[in-house]
Amino acid sequence: MIIARVAALVLATCGALSAFADEGEWGRYAVDGRRSGYTYAASETRAMQDDEFENPGSIWLAKGEDLWGTVEGSKGKSCASCHGDAATSMRGVGARYPVVDEKRGKLMNVEQRVNLCRVGAMGAAAWPTESEALLAMTTFVKHQSLNMPVSPVVDGAAAPFFAKGKAIYETRRGQLDLACVHCHEMNHGNMLRAQRLSEGMSNGFPAYRLKWQALGSLQRRMSGCMRDVRAEPYPDGAEEYVDLELYLAWRARGLPVETPAVRN
Amino acid sequence: MKPILEERPVDISRRALLERALLAAGLWAPLRALAGDADNGTTAAVAKVLAGRPAAGEGLKFSTPAIAENGNTVPISVEVEGRFSAERYVKAIHIFAEENPAPEVISFQFSPASGRAKVATRVRLAKTQRVVALAEWSDGRVLEAINEIKVTIGGCGG
Amino acid sequence: MAEQEHSMDKPRVKVPAKVTRGEPFEVKALVSHKMESGQRQDEKTGAKIPRKILNRFVCTLDGVEILRATLHPAVSANPYLSFYASAEQSGEMKFEWTDDDGSTLSARARIEVEP
Repeated sequence: MIIARVAALVLATCGALSAFADEGEWGRYAVDGRRSGYTYAASETRAMQDDEFENPGSIWLAKGEDLWGTVEGSKGKSCASCHGDAATSMRGVGARYPVVDEKRGKLMNVEQRVNLCRVGAMGAAAWPTESEALLAMTTFVKHQSLNMPVSPVVDGAAAPFFAKGKAIYETRRGQLDLACVHCHEMNHGNMLRAQRLSEGMSNGFPAYRLKWQALGSLQRRMSGCMRDVRAEPYPDGAEEYVDLELYLAWRARGLPVETPAVRN
Repeated sequence: MKPILEERPVDISRRALLERALLAAGLWAPLRALAGDADNGTTAAVAKVLAGRPAAGEGLKFSTPAIAENGNTVPISVEVEGRFSAERYVKAIHIFAEENPAPEVISFQFSPASGRAKVATRVRLAKTQRVVALAEWSDGRVLEAINEIKVTIGGCGG
Repeated sequence: MAEQEHSMDKPRVKVPAKVTRGEPFEVKALVSHKMESGQRQDEKTGAKIPRKILNRFVCTLDGVEILRATLHPAVSANPYLSFYASAEQSGEMKFEWTDDDGSTLSARARIEVEP
C-alpha cells in the first residue's frame, strides 16, 4: 500500500514537473498549463507561421493594410482618417475584444466593430461575413496586438454574455451529441484519427488553415466544428458566436495574440 | 485478452533492397518498369528527364516532412550542392509525385545568374506517397532523391 | 460587391535590402491564387470544377531571365516560391506569374548591389 502511494506521489511529481518542462519548452505559447494551438502544430507549420513573409496569412494582412488607407463611402474617409497609424491606435484591440458596446448593450467583436465604423462613420456599405475585405481588415487590426496576452473583460457588463458563451461551450449538440468540452477540455492531446486534438484556443484567429487553403474567421471555424458533430450551425453573425468568442478569449487568457496564425 | 491488432515485424523486403541497390547503380527507369507497379506516369516522366542518363544519389538535398500536417500544403525544399559558374550550373530541378492524379508537381529552369540551385515551395499530395526530386547539371549529370511523405486524414473531417 | 474570382491582390516579393556583387541571395515570392486543380467537384451539382491555376513563373533582372518555373495543379494554393539569384550590378528585378487563362500577375523589386 505504502509503495503504491509513494509510486503515485513520484508519478504525480514527475507529471507536474513535466508540465512545467512543457511550459518552459513552449515559452509564451503555454500559460498555466493551457496551450496555444501553435504547440499542437507540426514544426513546418510553426515555421510557416513564424516567418512574417512566408506566412500565407500575410496576403490578407497586406490587403488589410491597403484597405486601412483606402477612402470609401459617402463621407470621404478611410480608417486612417480617424484612427491614424493602426500600430498605435489599434494596439490592444486584438487582445481585448470582444467587448460590450455600452450604448447598444451588445457584445461586439472586431468584425462587427469594423462594419459599425464603415456604416456609421464612413457612410460605406458593411462588408459581408467572411468576405476577403472583412477578413483582411479583421486580421490587420488584430495583428496590431501581436504577442500581447489575450485579456478579455468578462465581468461587469460582460458577465451575462460570458455566462451564455460558457453555457454554449458546455452544451451537447448534434447527431454525435458532443459539446466543445468533450474534445477540447476532456480529450485534448488525444488522437482523433491521425490528428492530435488541440485545446480549441482562439488566439490565432482569423487564421490560415491548411485545410481551407485560405484564411478564415473564428466563426467559420466554429461552424465547421458544429458540422463535424453533425449539428446545425448557428446562422451567420449569430449572437451565440460572439458570446462563444468571449468565452474562448477567456479560455485563452494570457496566451499571445498570434493573428494570423497558421493551423491545420 | 488477445490484442486486436497483432504486431507485425517491420523489415525491409527483398524487393526494396534490390530497388535500393539498383538505384545506387543508377538503373532507376528500368527498375520501375520491371516493378509493374500501377504507375501514374511518374516512370515515363522520370525516364524522359533522364533521357538515358544514369542518376546519382548524392549531391542533392531533398527536405520534406516525414508526416504532412495536411496534404493540401506540404512544404518541400531542394538544394543542389555546388556553386554555379558560367560554364557549369544546374539547368533544372523537377519534382514528381508517384501517386498524385498526375506525376508533375513543379519544375524550375535556372540560368548561371541564379547563383545556386536552392528552391522551396509548398505542394499538394493526395495520399501517402514517394516524391522524386531530379536535378540536371549543364554538363549532363543528373542527381536524384526520393522521399516518402505520409499523408493522413485527421480530425473529424472538419 | 461581387468578389473578384481572380484575386486583385498584388503578389508579394522579398529581396535583401542590399546584396554583394556576384553573391547569390535569396528571393521569396508569395501570390494569392486558389490554384483550382480541376480535381474538385461542385458540392451541389457534382460537376467538375474546371482547372484554373498559375502555370508559369518567370523572374528577370534587367530583362535577363534568372529563373522560370512551370507550376502544375499539385502546387498548393497561394503559391510560395523561394529561390536564389545573383547580380553583378544594381537593377530591377521583375516577377511574372501566368494564369491558365493567359492573364498575368506581376511584381518588381529593386536590387541594390553594394559597391
